[in-house]
Amino acid sequence: MTTDETADVVVVGGGPAGLAAAIALRGQGVARVVVLEREAQAGGVPRHSAHLGYGMRDMHRIMAGPAYAAAMRTRAEQAGVDIRTATTATDWTGATSLQTVNRHGMSNIHARAVVLATGVRERPRAALLVPGDRGGGVFTTGSLQQLTTIHHGQPGTRAVIVGAQHVSFSAVLTLQHAACRTVAMVTPLTRHQTYAPLRLLTAGRHRVPIITGCTVEAIHGRDHVRAVTLSNGRRIDCDTVVFTGDWIPDHELARRGDIVIDDTHRGPAIDTAFRTNRVGVFAIGNMVHPAETADVCALDGRHAATAVRQWLEHPAWPTTRVRLIAEAPVAWVAPSRLGEPGTAPGGRITLRVDRLTPSRTVAVTQGTTTLWWGRPRGRLVPNRSITIPGAWLVDADPGGADIIVSLQP
Amino acid sequence: MPEPDDLPYDVVVIGAGVVGCAVARLLSHQHLRVALLDAAPDVGSGTSKANTAILHTGFDATPGSLESRLVSRGYELLSDYAPTVGIAIERTGAALVAWDDEQAAALPGLAAKAGANGYHAASVVDAATVYELEPHLGTGVAAGMLVPDEHIIDPWGTPLAFAREALANGVSWLPNRHVTKLERQFDTTVIESSDGATVRTRCVVNAAGLHSDEVHALFGLAGFTIRPRRGELIVFDKLARPLLQRTLLPVPTGHTKGVLVAPTVFGNVMLGPTADDIDDRTATGSTRAGIDALLAKGRRILPALIREEVTAVYAGLRAATEHSDYQITHDREFRYVCLGGIRSTGLTASMAIAEEALALVAACGLEVIPKAAGSIRSTQVTNLGEAFERPYQVGASGDIVCHCERVTHDEIVAACTEQPPATTFDGIRRRTRALAGRCQGFYCSAAVCSIAAESSGRPMSDWMGAP
Ligand SMILES: Cc1cc2nc3c(=O)[nH]c(=O)nc-3n(C[C@H](O)[C@H](O)[C@H](O)COP(=O)(O)OP(=O)(O)OC[C@H]3O[C@@H](n4cnc5c(N)ncnc54)[C@H](O)[C@@H]3O)c2cc1C
Ligand SMILES: Cc1cc2nc3c(=O)[nH]c(=O)nc-3n(C[C@H](O)[C@H](O)[C@H](O)COP(=O)(O)OP(=O)(O)OC[C@H]3O[C@@H](n4cnc5c(N)ncnc54)[C@H](O)[C@@H]3O)c2cc1C
Repeated sequence: MTTDETADVVVVGGGPAGLAAAIALRGQGVARVVVLEREAQAGGVPRHSAHLGYGMRDMHRIMAGPAYAAAMRTRAEQAGVDIRTATTATDWTGATSLQTVNRHGMSNIHARAVVLATGVRERPRAALLVPGDRGGGVFTTGSLQQLTTIHHGQPGTRAVIVGAQHVSFSAVLTLQHAACRTVAMVTPLTRHQTYAPLRLLTAGRHRVPIITGCTVEAIHGRDHVRAVTLSNGRRIDCDTVVFTGDWIPDHELARRGDIVIDDTHRGPAIDTAFRTNRVGVFAIGNMVHPAETADVCALDGRHAATAVRQWLEHPAWPTTRVRLIAEAPVAWVAPSRLGEPGTAPGGRITLRVDRLTPSRTVAVTQGTTTLWWGRPRGRLVPNRSITIPGAWLVDADPGGADIIVSLQP
Repeated sequence: MPEPDDLPYDVVVIGAGVVGCAVARLLSHQHLRVALLDAAPDVGSGTSKANTAILHTGFDATPGSLESRLVSRGYELLSDYAPTVGIAIERTGAALVAWDDEQAAALPGLAAKAGANGYHAASVVDAATVYELEPHLGTGVAAGMLVPDEHIIDPWGTPLAFAREALANGVSWLPNRHVTKLERQFDTTVIESSDGATVRTRCVVNAAGLHSDEVHALFGLAGFTIRPRRGELIVFDKLARPLLQRTLLPVPTGHTKGVLVAPTVFGNVMLGPTADDIDDRTATGSTRAGIDALLAKGRRILPALIREEVTAVYAGLRAATEHSDYQITHDREFRYVCLGGIRSTGLTASMAIAEEALALVAACGLEVIPKAAGSIRSTQVTNLGEAFERPYQVGASGDIVCHCERVTHDEIVAACTEQPPATTFDGIRRRTRALAGRCQGFYCSAAVCSIAAESSGRPMSDWMGAP
């Protein structure tokens, strides 16, 4: 038996982005806001991430992940958000209607707007095509943190961490709490990609060597990991390997709905109002910029709420969308489509580079017109975002050529 | 050697791969005392878990060979059996794709060979027809041959279904016994395993796959040597599934069936296998060279496939020998049946090989009396086919735990409690698909293992293995 129900807005994914959007929508007077969350509890990834580092920009304090997730849940409940846990959105049954499934079976929910906030996952070892044996002890940061935080399980005692970006150092902390020593971090780049204080507090404090310019070429150990071989030929004995931070958006539902996926980061291509190409469907959070901190995702949610409410009040959807193209070494820009009205969320555009580069100047051009040119604050380092102001968006031609975002020497 | 004190079994089957399990099942339908024994903790954990899962018509077998006959017969038997117990078969068919004129010229000969193997539905078609059927194929297709009955099957559920039915009908399951010695004592054989345990039996069936020659040698017999042929495989994300309708086969060379692209019943797309003759019978790891070679082939066959995410990479070892046919023999004096050299078609042929084995057990002098049809118990496995109704869709089997593959709480519990139970992470995967999805455990591995720990009464650390 399939049941049918209706809502004003359905948010898919109860992580920081989805909950923040739902709270803000209720705050703006939208009556029926439903959040679908497939896990037993809403809160998203922070639920598993036991260390400090959450809430800076949205709650203006520093919290541990589970406390941050709990605070988000409380706010959502107080705001009157209808959170359906252990409920998965499986498919589309109409433009803004979804099929859901939970322990009672399947149902349909019809809304006037859908907000996708399904997050990202880390590419596991197989997706990274790392050859070798398939023994146990190989994790992603996500599976490692679930093991230790939620299920109080134990990894091994000697770990190699693949990656040296923020989340990799988060893995160092998690391992340290579980009394597992990180014997090396390995990155193909020539330096780590986190902020100096985070590195010092984690890897630095425990003298973890960061091996740069290297990849893991093979994993050894048929039943359980015994060692890894690096591309420089070195073999490191270990019983735990953690693959960190090669993000891929959870875009299944988006793709099933024929939502255009941005070729660069593989998340939905959204415009400056978080709109996808599918009428009435928005996308927010890490799935549209893999991956930022939770507070940034929550701020997305707040900004998007305004765009969603405007759509509910004046149902008009852009038909043409000028693309923002990332030109190497720019890896991606978000948002990557120009929408009218031409303002960016929070007034800024986010971008990343795919390699270390000496250039520090970003240029935005459309045809022969230079729309913006300048040096953003912060370093251009792979796996780390910087933002540029978005005031120039009002000068762009919404019927014009692709907008190119590039670096200048 | 310690004295075995208990009553001897009538038949002990060494090896619980798809072949050994099929044999045990058929033996369980007779009035015989039977044991199924394996070095591994679980059934189906050797070559049988790592293949391309095609239900072969046998169109390209060597006409007149034992393999040709048993593949055809096995196809019929398994096609009939599978739907009755929950083994998923998807009737996709296959297309042999010729990429140049030379390959195209070989197609009529292959169609004739199919006929000689008793398969008459193959038809040669032009390139335009091939593209119409499979628009995502790369450029340069010269012609094709359609094999409408070459289907795909669940390779994990098949040995499990056989074993479950065998156990339900009285077969003893003896896991974790690596056979190291066979000794004839009067009219029985004493089987000793590396843990020192022994079992006594009147008849031995050797279904030891990659080690079938070693078990053969324990009787002092010779005649074939296994030379493993490694096949590496890449499994792509379910989002790639719409890229093809049927299995895309290459025109075979003498050495192997070649690299194919096939849908899987689990809803993924598989690219492989490679074919490397190696010496190490345990070398089931993947290699950089193998992965690169497959990606290069895949890029040509189905270019859009390579842009999709990879879900898994693994390798299986075919039990190839110096002979080109199965090595199925018996020794009346030793009361011994050898099912050796079952290389690249054993999943399809398994039920026919079992019929062969039963006849040879009788030929060894055992009295084979079938049980009354009504007294044979039938069992079910969870249908893991994406094209079939899954437990989560019906509801009432608890929350979804593995989100990528949509596996419910109750399915994990069943995997750990129903006979023969899963005892490893991998065993859960093969019974439920949990952990076999795109995130490879990013979200659920810890949750799955904690349910397994709870329902099995064994600690979490026993379960948290390879994502
Ligand atoms: C190891 C690690 C450490 C981190 N450390 C920090 C830190 O110190 N500080 C910080 O600020 N950030 C940190 N982050 C990043 C932070 O966790 C993310 O920015 C944030 O969780 C992203 O929020 P989101 O809402 O976009 O996605 P998520 O938190 O991923 O939430 C997505 C939700 O959607 C649900 N979902 C997905 N598909 C469906 C569906 N079809 N139906 C129903 N529900 C669905 C998921 O279950 C999930 O709950 C860390 C991340 C990781 C992985
Ligand atoms: C890459 C690849 C692709 C393939 N594709 C297909 C296909 O598409 N279709 C198809 O029909 N077939 C295919 N096959 C072939 C098929 O997988 C095999 O023929 C089949 O699995 C063989 O089953 P088995 O029971 O003989 O061997 P196995 O599954 O290897 O079982 C043998 C068992 O014996 C046990 N054992 C060994 N020695 C001992 C000992 N001394 N003591 C105790 N136990 C022992 C092992 O632990 C193992 O469990 C493929 C094979 C490969 C490698």
